[in-house]
Amino acid sequence: MQIIHEDLLAMVETMPAFPQGVTKVLDMCSKVDCSPKDLVSVVERDPVLAMRVLKLVNSPFIGLAQSISSISHGVAYVGMNTIKNIALTVAAIGMLPRENRANFDMDKFLQHSLGTAAVCKKIAGLKGVKETSSSDYFLAGLLHDFGKVILVRQRPDEFSEAIEQAQTKKVALDVVERLIYGIDHAEIGAVLAAHWDLPDSLVRAIRYHHSAGDLSHPSLLEQVVMVSNLVVHKLDFGASGNYYPAELPKSIETNLGMDIDDVISIIGDTDALFADAKAFASS
Amino acid sequence: MRFKFWGVRGSIATPGPSTVRYGGNTTCIEIRGAADELVILDAGTGIFQLGNALVPDFPININIFLTHTHWDHIQGLPMFSPIFVPGNKINIHGAMDIVSQHSIKEVLSRQMEHAYFPVKETELAADLNYVDLQENDCIEFSEIRVTNCLLNHPVLNFGYRVESAGKSLVFTGDHEWPYNIYDAADPEYDAYQEIIDARRGKIIDFFKDVDVLIIDTSYDDLEYAQSKVGWGHGTFDRSMAAAKESSVKRCYLTHHEPTRSDDELEELYYAALERNEISDSDPEFILAREGVEFLA
Repeated sequence: MQIIHEDLLAMVETMPAFPQGVTKVLDMCSKVDCSPKDLVSVVERDPVLAMRVLKLVNSPFIGLAQSISSISHGVAYVGMNTIKNIALTVAAIGMLPRENRANFDMDKFLQHSLGTAAVCKKIAGLKGVKETSSSDYFLAGLLHDFGKVILVRQRPDEFSEAIEQAQTKKVALDVVERLIYGIDHAEIGAVLAAHWDLPDSLVRAIRYHHSAGDLSHPSLLEQVVMVSNLVVHKLDFGASGNYYPAELPKSIETNLGMDIDDVISIIGDTDALFADAKAFASS
Repeated sequence: MRFKFWGVRGSIATPGPSTVRYGGNTTCIEIRGAADELVILDAGTGIFQLGNALVPDFPININIFLTHTHWDHIQGLPMFSPIFVPGNKINIHGAMDIVSQHSIKEVLSRQMEHAYFPVKETELAADLNYVDLQENDCIEFSEIRVTNCLLNHPVLNFGYRVESAGKSLVFTGDHEWPYNIYDAADPEYDAYQEIIDARRGKIIDFFKDVDVLIIDTSYDDLEYAQSKVGWGHGTFDRSMAAAKESSVKRCYLTHHEPTRSDDELEELYYAALERNEISDSDPEFILAREGVEFLA
C-alpha cells in the first residue's frame, strides 16, 4: 500500500525509543547528579531519542537562530536540563519491542546504525573534517536508516515481505520498497527530518545515502554516509534488512579517493571501532 | 530611560528582618522609556507592589517581557492588579517551552488553573495579548526597542536589551556561563569548548557597551564550585569579568541567593570587588536593591 507524506508524520509522534536507550535514560535520570556527558552519550546513540531531541530543539515555533546539528551542540545551546526532559518524555512512551511482526532484529539494526555512525566519524576525521563537525557525521550515520524504524513499526507485514523479496530476488531493499510503498526508507527518513526542520545537510545525507552518486555535486557528508553504510554492510556488522545494497558508484570512489576496501583497510582494527556500538546495542 | 527594581531576590521570596535592606521579593524590574513608556522585565512577587503603584495611571499600556517561566519570575502575575481592570492593554512576551512545545500563553495559563488560583486566565478583564518570542526577534513600540539573546538556564531563558533615546539596558534573567561537560582528557572536549566559546562571544556582544547591565549573580564563586554547577546561575567573579569584557558602564548584581542575609550579601560583594581588582576604568558594580530607582 502506498505511503503518503501526511501518514508519515502521524506515525512518529508516539514512537518509543530503543530499549537500550530507554533503560539507560530512566536509570541515569533517577539520579540527581546525572552526568551530562553520560546522558549525551546515550541520547546520541539511540536513533529515536536523537531524532526527537533534534526535532524539538529545531522546532520553528521555538525559533532558535541556529540550526542544531548534534546532541552535544543542543546541550551547549539549550542546556542539559531541557535535553534531559526531552529524553525522559520519550522514555516515558515505552520501548520499541525487540520482537516485531516484521521479524526485524532491532538489536542488529541498532548495531548497523551505530556502526555506520562510527565509520562516518572515522572517515570524517581522515578527511580533515573539523572536530566540531565530526558529531554531525556521527549523527547522520546513526540516522541514515531512520525510515526503516517507521516501516517496522507502521507497516510490519509489508516490510517483512519487502525484505524477503529483496533477498530472494537479490536486489537492493530500497528498490522493492519503492515498488510496494511508492517511497523508500531513505526518502521516508528525509521527509520526516525535513518536516521537523532538521539541518538541511542532515536531511540530504539521509535522502541520498543510496543515491549520492546520482547527484552532480554530492557533499562530503552525503558521500561519507553512503560509503560508511556500505562498509558496515561489507563487514557484516549488525543488519538492516538490506542484503544486496547497490555498489558504490565510481564517481564517489574517485571523489573520495578510496573504495570500500580502502576504507576498510584504513580503518584497521574494526573490533576497536565497533566495540562501543556492540556494547551499546547488546546492553 | 529610568528603571526601578521591584524584586531582586532569586528562587523564592524572602521577607524578614535579615533581608530588609536589599528586599525579599523575587525578580521584577520596571523600565520607563524616554516618553514614559512602561516595560516590565519579569513578573516575580515584586510585580504585586508595582501593579498597585500603577493604579492611578489606569487605563494603561504595559509591555511585559519574561526572561523565562520559572516560578520566581512569573509568580506575581496572577496578583498583578492591571490584569483585572478593563481598558488596560497588556502584552506579555516570552519564549515557548521546548519540551512541551507549549506557547507562553499556555504555560502561564497553567498557573491560573482552578487548583492554583481562583480566577481563570479567560476571566481576566484587561486586554491581554501574548507574544511567543523567537531568538533574535526585535520588538519596537513608541521609542522603545527590545531585542533578546538566548542565555543558559535549565529552561529557555532570554536576556533582554532595552533601548530608548540612545540609552541601553540589558537584563539577563537567569544565566550560568556555559561550561564544558567533558573532561579535558575526553576526545570531545575541544569541539565542545569551541561551541561554548562561540556562545560566550555572542552573549558578550549582546552586552557590549550598554549603559546598564543587570546580571544574575546568585552565588559566590566558592559555593558555586562546591555545589551549584549546572543550576543555571551566575557568580560574582563571572559577572564582573563579563561586565568588564563587554565594557558596560554600570553593572547591577541581582538574583540574590534566598538564604543570604543583607550582611552576608555585602560581605561577599566587597570581597569580590577586591578579588577582581576593580579599578576606576572598570564598570561600577552595584548590588541591586528593591525599591530604588535609577537613571540609565
